[in-house]
Amino acid sequence: MSAALTLTDWILTGLARFMSGPQVRWIDCQPDTCQRVYFANHTSHIDLVLVRTALPPACREVTRPVAAHDYWSKGLIRPHLARAFNAMLIDRKSVKVHQSPIDLMLHEMGDRFSVIIFPEGGRSDGQRVGEFKSGLYYLGKKRPDIELVPVHLHNMHRVLPRDEYLPIPLLATVSFGAPIWLEQDESKNDFLARARQAVLKLAPGEDE
Amino acid sequence: MPHLTNWAFAAVVVVLLGLATLVGWALGRQPQWGLNPAAIEAFNRRVRSWWIICTLLAIALLSKTITVVLFGLISFATLREFITLTPTRLSDHRALFWVFFFFLPLQYVLVAQNAYGAFAVMIPVFACVFIPARIAIAGDPKRFLERVAKIQVGLLICVYSLSYAPALLYLEAPGLTYSANARLLFLLVLLSLLSEAVQFAWSRLYGRHVIAPAINQTRTWEGFLGSSATIALVGAALHQVGATPFATLWQAAVASLLVAVMGFAGAMTLSAVKRDRRVQDYGALVEGQPGVLDRADALCFAAPVFYHVARWFLS
Repeated sequence: MSAALTLTDWILTGLARFMSGPQVRWIDCQPDTCQRVYFANHTSHIDLVLVRTALPPACREVTRPVAAHDYWSKGLIRPHLARAFNAMLIDRKSVKVHQSPIDLMLHEMGDRFSVIIFPEGGRSDGQRVGEFKSGLYYLGKKRPDIELVPVHLHNMHRVLPRDEYLPIPLLATVSFGAPIWLEQDESKNDFLARARQAVLKLAPGEDE
Repeated sequence: MPHLTNWAFAAVVVVLLGLATLVGWALGRQPQWGLNPAAIEAFNRRVRSWWIICTLLAIALLSKTITVVLFGLISFATLREFITLTPTRLSDHRALFWVFFFFLPLQYVLVAQNAYGAFAVMIPVFACVFIPARIAIAGDPKRFLERVAKIQVGLLICVYSLSYAPALLYLEAPGLTYSANARLLFLLVLLSLLSEAVQFAWSRLYGRHVIAPAINQTRTWEGFLGSSATIALVGAALHQVGATPFATLWQAAVASLLVAVMGFAGAMTLSAVKRDRRVQDYGALVEGQPGVLDRADALCFAAPVFYHVARWFLS
């Protein structure tokens, strides 16, 4: 990585820490460099940075956030940021035979990288966790050896709510939960509901 | 010889902290005394944080600016913990942004500029008018008064009150040198830390009547009265060895007493907020890790009172 990219990474990571003073919890799960899919609830722009900072450096090295190619390759700043975070840019639009976004992702992951995904699709308002998109299911189906680790981000929607562009400093919590796998004969909807519950279960105390 | 006095003061602090560390270490090695290991661990954690506070303060006192920046950062951390706990709504976002990135830095800039007339009224007058207006403009009437009050109280306690501590360095009075100002600040911090420890000891030894069990189960009348009296005596003793800039023994004793009483008031007030939000500590929403505000609560209340009393006594 070039110096400019490393610097961008440091600055943004430092900024995210300063803004959210994240507390990291590992519940029935340990940091590991084995291949994993971290799936988290998505409430703010800096979620991705936060999950990355919560990982120990050795894990961060092999973990790549998944981002939309059409959004992150535009302009000057976005591609720079994507490179700084070692993001995996996946083209959502070009769905060909034998070449779905999931296949692209698995190809990029190889047998080394872990990924961070936000299966809700877009950002939710932070009050509740939306329904999960089916990508997680296909990942679990095509690569049953990968650990699917639920991640819950608490309070991030207050740090930087949707429609706001200036963050305020508040303490956030990042919780990693026990890995799940796709069970035999488990239907797509059942699995996605179970994955969503796994994320929800990690919420520290309920908001009012 | 003010320089010598400073060194003597520092030496006393190091010896006291060393003693506290030794006591904590010794208690941990005496399981047959049947003391609660959690309480010993809490005590050791507290002693560690005292070391950190005293070291930081000793470094910071090298220059006024470093001290102001240090307290500004403490304010930032405490306000962040306070606002995290109080349920604001998303429509308060812009108001909170102003609070964190305009009023907080401005307050400390005014302190560093020695603009007493400005920093004494900036938050109580201007910020307290601005916040409700900004929240009203955001257009969300739900629990309006409650949200305004929470942000105002947070700003008053975590920023306004605490900023009086570094302001002590800029206090001007006949015959007051910088090292006397520095000792005034150190005295405030030292006495507020000490009053916590002494109160803990008195409560353990003689505590019978808990003041408000629903708020704080460890604060007793015996601990409060005992520690207040002890701290007044400590202040008087420090005056005798020349460590305070006050003119008379009585002034030193009264100022010290006020630090103890206000420290108690601060701890009780912020305990009440914690109990209302059903958490143990400010630092974490879940784990029992104390935050900065759990340590600075006494100082937040003691600083403004100590400042104004010292200003009055010294003028």
